Amino acid sequence: MKKQTVIELRGITKRFGASIVANKNVSIDVKKGEILSILGENGCGKTTLMNMLAGIYYPDEGTILIRGEEVSIRSPKDAFHYNIGMIHQHFKLIDVFTAAENIVIGTHDDGKYDIKSAKNRIREMSEKYGFHIDLDKKVYEMSVSEKQTVEIVKALYRGADVLILDEPTAVLTPQEIDRLFDVLRAMRENGKSVIIITHKLNEVMEISDRVTVLRKGEHIKTVNTSETNEKELADMMVGQKVTLNIDRPMPENPELRLEVEGLSLMGSEGHLLLDDVSFSAYGGEILGIAGIAGTGQRELLESIAGLHHLQSGRVTYYNPKKDKPITFFHKTFERVMELAGSGMLRYADGRDFTGKDEKGKPLSKKTIRGQVEAGEIFFKEDEVINLREKTPLQIRELGVRFSFVPEDRLGMGLVANMDITDNMMLRSYRRGKSAFVDRKTPEELANDIIESLQVVTPDVHTPVRRLSGGNIQKVLVGREIAAGPRVLMAAYPVRGLDINSSYTIYNLLTDQKKNGVAVIFVGEDLDVLLSLCDRILVLAGGKVMGTVDARKAKKEEIGLMMMGTALEDIEKQEGGSL
Amino acid sequence: MTIFFVSAISIATVLLYGCIGEIITEKAGHLNLGIPGIMCMGTAGGCLGVSLYMGTLSSPENASWILLILISLLFSMAFAAALGSIYALLTVTLRCNQNITGLAITVFGGGATNFIMSFVDRTYFDPAGKLISSSLPFADNLDGFGKVVFGHGIYVYLAIAVAVVCSIVLNRTRVGLHLRAVGESPATADAAGINVVLYKYVAIISGSAIAGIGGFYYIMDYIKGSWENAATIEAFGWLAIALVIFVLWKPNVAIFGAFLFGACFIVAFVIPDITSTQREIIKMLPYVVTIVVLVLTSIRKKREHQPPASLGLPYFREDR
Repeated sequence: MKKQTVIELRGITKRFGASIVANKNVSIDVKKGEILSILGENGCGKTTLMNMLAGIYYPDEGTILIRGEEVSIRSPKDAFHYNIGMIHQHFKLIDVFTAAENIVIGTHDDGKYDIKSAKNRIREMSEKYGFHIDLDKKVYEMSVSEKQTVEIVKALYRGADVLILDEPTAVLTPQEIDRLFDVLRAMRENGKSVIIITHKLNEVMEISDRVTVLRKGEHIKTVNTSETNEKELADMMVGQKVTLNIDRPMPENPELRLEVEGLSLMGSEGHLLLDDVSFSAYGGEILGIAGIAGTGQRELLESIAGLHHLQSGRVTYYNPKKDKPITFFHKTFERVMELAGSGMLRYADGRDFTGKDEKGKPLSKKTIRGQVEAGEIFFKEDEVINLREKTPLQIRELGVRFSFVPEDRLGMGLVANMDITDNMMLRSYRRGKSAFVDRKTPEELANDIIESLQVVTPDVHTPVRRLSGGNIQKVLVGREIAAGPRVLMAAYPVRGLDINSSYTIYNLLTDQKKNGVAVIFVGEDLDVLLSLCDRILVLAGGKVMGTVDARKAKKEEIGLMMMGTALEDIEKQEGGSL
Repeated sequence: MTIFFVSAISIATVLLYGCIGEIITEKAGHLNLGIPGIMCMGTAGGCLGVSLYMGTLSSPENASWILLILISLLFSMAFAAALGSIYALLTVTLRCNQNITGLAITVFGGGATNFIMSFVDRTYFDPAGKLISSSLPFADNLDGFGKVVFGHGIYVYLAIAVAVVCSIVLNRTRVGLHLRAVGESPATADAAGINVVLYKYVAIISGSAIAGIGGFYYIMDYIKGSWENAATIEAFGWLAIALVIFVLWKPNVAIFGAFLFGACFIVAFVIPDITSTQREIIKMLPYVVTIVVLVLTSIRKKREHQPPASLGLPYFREDR
């Protein structure tokens, strides 16, 4: 029996401004009781296309047919009228409202406002599809997965027959993804149509009946999932053969670079966000940090970067300075004297530098400055720097070369409304003694990054918020790497990026590793962590569950640790069962 | 003592109108700093209405209480709403910066009011003021507590009624839920099928209309029709905006908050034998209290006590 077509898009074109074509002559169809994946790289127009079904955008050309009838969807309200519900990537929920209030807003059934009977109806529906939902919980108290459930229930409550989900699994744990997929299958059994926007190939294969591939705003092909495979889909998506392997050389002469001992951090609500975390990072290796979302990864990196007031613990940086001259590039005069006092410095001929001459008379500030600037004073040993209670600025002044790619690109990493050059200057504005900032060097750097990382942008003067997610990330990572770090910390650097951009980032991280940088990589995709990193530290509930060798570890093992089982216990169990 | 409470309640009424108007506006996500100017405009409108009505009469004794109340109410609300709709047009449709637009509206409203009042015929303001502020018939001979509670003109009770209705509408009805949704997250409200622009316009204009009554009440009821300039009313407008923060955007709490602010304001005038310096210091109390409340709520960080999340932000559906 042929399934009934619910939605048909014919020749849809959408432009933003004169130059950007988000969708070009796209024609697809959606059938009753099927799960359709819309697959494509970031910025290929998947979301834009679906937003036209949801009434957020209006197509410039083309027609939309619903159950064979030509319709015009001018607003989200119209979309509901045609029983289309969309769950956006950034949830459209109101934080201070309860789940129930969020679900009923915008509905007008029976005319009068009766939250009790609405709740009963929601409960019935939840049982039918297997949702777990606390209707009186405020949204700001909910986890990401709970919020997503509210969004889905909200759409169904409005009688959606077609449910569009934009990147629904991006922030869920593997277990939550399984539960979501069960719900989606239950919906399919009930004759609903589900459209999933995604760029995760394995999920496409697992859940969908058919796949529509978009590339650069154009419809490439729609195929039955059973008749294709991941490799073929990946090729269609990027338009050229891509290798799914990440180059991973063995670390060469790993040197201890960063040591974290017993680090604890108290959250604003009075519970420990990080609980006695200890680990070491070595130059020339990539240390992965795995864990379900929000289990302290972000706080850990921010603590190291000097953004938090720690409850306890030590953060020690080992600066590979042995036999290298001390410079004033970042260090203050006081720091030089401090090092001299602890016997860390010597002259080129091996004599100790103590800040005094042969007769024990203190040298003048000017003399010392002269000697340092002439490069006559060397480190005897590697410099050990305690980073606890230091601000990011102090850390930088101590000559610690940290680079940090934060999770929140446009919040912490870059200033959305400033152009690429200005964003480069965020790292260099303190250079030089002139009252005017140097704009030329940052502009050259910006052009370098645009060229070497193939950032798609009209020019260096475009505000970064206008760029797509992948290009924004390239700008940020490019800037951080250009600073020549010894420790590079990156939190979810490929979140929301397409395959090509992701691989560009992986390669950049690997290049840094080859250069002897200690890379700390917080990731969410276990497959990537396992094939990119050398060692993986697993966090759960702010505690370290263990560190595993990424070349030998099993995915299931890490999954268990992410759920809160310590590595020792897993090993014990395995020993017992043998 | 009675006079202190009666005066405090009168000042509270002025503030309550302004505060409720601003709460409704802010719940739609618009910080209307034009409220002081809008309250002035309401004054001008109401006074014009009174003047036109009294002018049609052969003698001020023939004035009908109910007609006078209705006409003045209608005129003050209409003038305030007119200025409010300029603010709405600028900030909702044209997406101008709300703060700057609001300040411009305040400056304009004050000036326009002084201008209108310069040609309004104020001959019969005195009898009209007496009529408007006349207490309910049964309360004429009360004193002490009875006078404090029942001895006011209709406008005082109307203010309380407006606050109560506003509280119920905001918290118990679908319209209120939708309005709060618009102020918290217009994108969400829009995606949920709520007409964001309509809600914003209605909230801003009706809020302005309500605020406008406050200014008129002050001139006609409290000071019985005497007029100097718009500055006093503007000062009350700023106090009303501070009150919104003090009562944490809750109209029912505003009734008590307004009384407290009114008492703080009036206490400076009833304490005998204080210097003008001391008086000015006491008059600053409401602002100090507001700052303290701001500090306390931001320390406690309880989400329910924060301003509407999208307050002050323009909304454009196709913004990327």
